[in-house]
Amino acid sequence: MIPPSFTYARATSVDEAIALAAEHGEDAKYLAGGQSLLPLMKLRFAAPTVLIDLGRVTELSYVRDEGTYVAVGALTRHHDVANSELLLADIPLLAHVAEAVGDPQIRHRGTIGGSVAHADAAADLPAALLALGATFVVRGESGTRSVPAAEFFKGFFETALEPGELLTEIQVPKPATPAAWSFQKFNKRAIDFAMVGVAVQGTGGPNTGVALINMGSTPLRATAVESALASGASIADAAQLAAEGTNAGSDIHASKAYREHLARVLVRRALEEASSR
Amino acid sequence: MDSDSEGEFQVKVELTVNGKDVTADVEDRTLLVHFLRDVADLTATNVGCDTTSCGACTVLLDGESVKSCTVLAAQADGRSVTTLEGLASDAGEMHPVQRAFHEEHGLQCGYCTPGMVMAIVSLLKENPSPTEAEVRQGLEGNICRCTGYHNIVKAALAASRTASSSEGASK
Repeated sequence: MIPPSFTYARATSVDEAIALAAEHGEDAKYLAGGQSLLPLMKLRFAAPTVLIDLGRVTELSYVRDEGTYVAVGALTRHHDVANSELLLADIPLLAHVAEAVGDPQIRHRGTIGGSVAHADAAADLPAALLALGATFVVRGESGTRSVPAAEFFKGFFETALEPGELLTEIQVPKPATPAAWSFQKFNKRAIDFAMVGVAVQGTGGPNTGVALINMGSTPLRATAVESALASGASIADAAQLAAEGTNAGSDIHASKAYREHLARVLVRRALEEASSR
Repeated sequence: MDSDSEGEFQVKVELTVNGKDVTADVEDRTLLVHFLRDVADLTATNVGCDTTSCGACTVLLDGESVKSCTVLAAQADGRSVTTLEGLASDAGEMHPVQRAFHEEHGLQCGYCTPGMVMAIVSLLKENPSPTEAEVRQGLEGNICRCTGYHNIVKAALAASRTASSSEGASK
């Protein structure tokens, strides 16, 4: 399969990328690593008329210590997130989730910002960033703004990004107890997307972040579980609330009821692991 | 189909493929795998699933494994690509990973083999002495429809031993 025809444009800086997007309008799309967009184009699920290649925008590839948080450039590849010594020490959840994305070849190309902007409810990184309470920095023609992860994912493959805006940086607060993390990815085959997944950061008390993969049209926070933990519920009791506020679908892999069951089981396992690490 | 007509959109792509410069004007949507097979005339790299799943099209881009069915030729412009054809020495001596596949019978039908070999070359570069579990994990992006994984993993481990012993000998 070959993607439908488009015009290829190349940006070498953030300014140039934003100018190209403004010039070409809504039919243009940014191309980061291309590991989600190119397969979608090959299947004709997406047919942008212009692709703005960000592969040379090296200014957006970094992992930087900012004291209370770590700043990750949006074009940092999964491979580099997974192997960042800073992240492995201070935010190991993020490094380990990056290592769980796809396969080595995909991790050599795919970027953290690409995954976030693509906003697949079945993707690993958006859920981890929700559990970590990350903030996304986006830049457009009219300037820069910050969007908390909890307000970024709007609907099915829909985000708070306005046309032409570019996600430039992901700011991840350093957790109080870095080692208190868990990532549960339930799938049938090695490189499948999670049938259901859970990312947890925290020891199971107040301020524990719990996020769900593939339990609705967007990556979701398990807010019922988080509030129960905050008011002192046991892990077992809180985990029973994992499917509340979700809207899982049924497909050839799993029914809605089975996904809800998986969510309860995986949230309990994740909280137990995070609190005992 | 008018918008798909050949030559409407063209991009100049200059690659270093196995150490040699290859330059061509191609359609913007040309995938790296098709550039390698149809322009550079290097057909060891196979198209398998064409959906970023099977890994048959794995090549090295600046030394790292990628699935060339999911990279635009234009994205690789100016960069260096290594395909299976580029592994053996100029004198025809096989690369240690190729030799290990031969010695451990790491193939059955052979279709996945070029991708498997390139994935292992990349894996061993990042992790020269992997455990068996790390090899299996490292090959999660490569599918063998003959299910010949056992000997493929053996070949990867044998290649890592060869590489580490020859490194030891040269010290």
